[in-house]
Amino acid sequence: MPLIQIHDLTRRYVMGTETVHALRGVTLTIERGEYIAIMGPSGSGKSTLMNLLGCLDSPTSGYYELNGVNVAHMDDNDLAEVRNREIGFVFQSFNLLARSDSLHNVELPLIYAGLPSAERREQAVRALTNVGLGDRMHHRPNELSGGQRQRVAVARALVNDPSIVLADEPTGNLDSRTGEEILGLFEALSRKGNTIIVVTHEEEVAQHARRIIRIRDGLIAADEVNPNPRAAMKFAAGGTSMVAA
Amino acid sequence: MKRLNLFSELREAFAMAINAIAAHKLRSSLTLLGILIGVFSIIVVMTAIRALQGNIESNMQQLGSDTFQMQRFPAIRVDDDSESMDKYFRRKRFYYPDAASIRERATLAKSVGVSADADVGAVASRFRKTNPSISFRGMSPEAFETQNYSVAEGRPFVESDMSGSRNVAVLGADVAKKLFPFGSPLGEWVQFKGVKYNVVGVLEPKGSMFGRSQDEFMVVPITTVLNRYGRETSLRIQVQAHSQSVYPDTLEQVRGILRALRKVPPGEEDDFEIVSNDSLIKQFRTITLAVRAGAGVIASIALVAAGIGIMNIMLVSVTERTKEIGIRRAIGAKKRNIMTQFILEAVVLSEIGGIIGIVLGIVAGNLAAAALNTPPVFPWDWALIGLAVCSVVGIAFGTYPAWKAANLDPIESLRYE
Repeated sequence: MPLIQIHDLTRRYVMGTETVHALRGVTLTIERGEYIAIMGPSGSGKSTLMNLLGCLDSPTSGYYELNGVNVAHMDDNDLAEVRNREIGFVFQSFNLLARSDSLHNVELPLIYAGLPSAERREQAVRALTNVGLGDRMHHRPNELSGGQRQRVAVARALVNDPSIVLADEPTGNLDSRTGEEILGLFEALSRKGNTIIVVTHEEEVAQHARRIIRIRDGLIAADEVNPNPRAAMKFAAGGTSMVAA
Repeated sequence: MKRLNLFSELREAFAMAINAIAAHKLRSSLTLLGILIGVFSIIVVMTAIRALQGNIESNMQQLGSDTFQMQRFPAIRVDDDSESMDKYFRRKRFYYPDAASIRERATLAKSVGVSADADVGAVASRFRKTNPSISFRGMSPEAFETQNYSVAEGRPFVESDMSGSRNVAVLGADVAKKLFPFGSPLGEWVQFKGVKYNVVGVLEPKGSMFGRSQDEFMVVPITTVLNRYGRETSLRIQVQAHSQSVYPDTLEQVRGILRALRKVPPGEEDDFEIVSNDSLIKQFRTITLAVRAGAGVIASIALVAAGIGIMNIMLVSVTERTKEIGIRRAIGAKKRNIMTQFILEAVVLSEIGGIIGIVLGIVAGNLAAAALNTPPVFPWDWALIGLAVCSVVGIAFGTYPAWKAANLDPIESLRYE
């Protein structure tokens, strides 16, 4: 059974008197363990697709089955639970809570999952150690470099052991070297069997994925296997070696 | 399918609330100042009244047990307009023979005493002289019991003191101490307004009320007073019942006798006042009730104003933290979680103000009470009510901002910078 099955998904926004057709009918199947890049220029509908895939938004019409559950018409509460359980978000601007340390940021999804505090702590420590930040657990975001912040965000995305890691321009706020580091981290995660969806408009970032979906005007323009995915450059302290655990 | 861990959630929300409040110290303190003032105003009044009340009520046991007193004027007048005063002045006085009539006819009464505050002035012994503020009272022998005076030394008056209108005196504790610091006053002479009285007794101290001593007086036989100050001297007649159970009947009987004596037509109201310890305490409570109600109204207004302040600051906080709300929603917070977080923040803010207000209120209330020489009190019930009210204010005024926060669109919030 595929992880994600989408059939004829549409999303319209009404803005004043105008109706914007952000998605005009997208049909898509994603298997467990895939590493996918969703590409498209701004206004193409890729953000809308990402919001729908991430259960942040509900489609106007169509069918979306995630992990065997139809989530297309769930209410807000159930969607929150699905996000908590199935999806790990990584954002362009990291989106960490500024006043909380790394550990608390990573623990946050587990708090909403209702885990007791000892278990929470243990899982959060493990997730942070896995991204190589075992020694930065009590640093706040403003005490960390951009790459470290993004790694905290990745740890937070992974801590709940989600079905999908959904990354929105994960390297957009990073210099190219640090960006490579994060992409290396994704590669390692992918090798371990995580399903990863990266939304980007950078060809270079997309080339790391094994499948590239191109969106244009609210429709899938191309959906092809990437014959030779680029490997992330290896750095001495790079991401790959850190996901050994 | 999911473990519900309310405690964890509340602890997270509480930690975040403290965090958020601490992050904006000035803003938070200004906001909770309003709550502080509201709670302070109610607690300070309640504490002061409570402290005074305990003190006053014990001091209001001026009459003996199961005793009531008839007098021309009410014990406590709330309205002070001259018209109502005229009503009291038109009333007939009480005369000494009235007491005898009551004594004769009131079969249920144990004893009937007469007393009068005849004069005020200085008392002198051969050693010293008091301030000119000593109350000069006349009393019948029965009045010692009906007025709860116990003799510490010597004797009260006896029948022969009355019939002979003798110049004998019983001293209040303070007067005795002042005039005879080194020895017993018994058998000594004291002088009041040029007349010498032989001291036959000294009373037990009664303590002070409102910081004023209640032992600064001297007592002479009521007949002596009447001889010296005239028959028109305003008298109080005190009646003691045999027991609590016959007290109401005794009171009704005496009332009937007095109405007959004073020729009050049936159906008209009494032309005299009957006071008892209970009626004094009741009147005191009526007066303080007005004060308490006033404090309650002021505090309520202050708390509503403070609540609006909290709502305002919470709305600002929600706007500022739109991004945070978006993040929380994205990683799985439900609307309910966001609601809880923001309501709890409002409650915590309100409670901090409330706790400070309660502490300051109790301190200030007790200081006020201490100025009037009363022991300190800690009004637990009002402290708890204060905390409860703070929670209600926090919830009432935090709900709308929290609802707003919970209903933000997660996508929009994540995009917010």
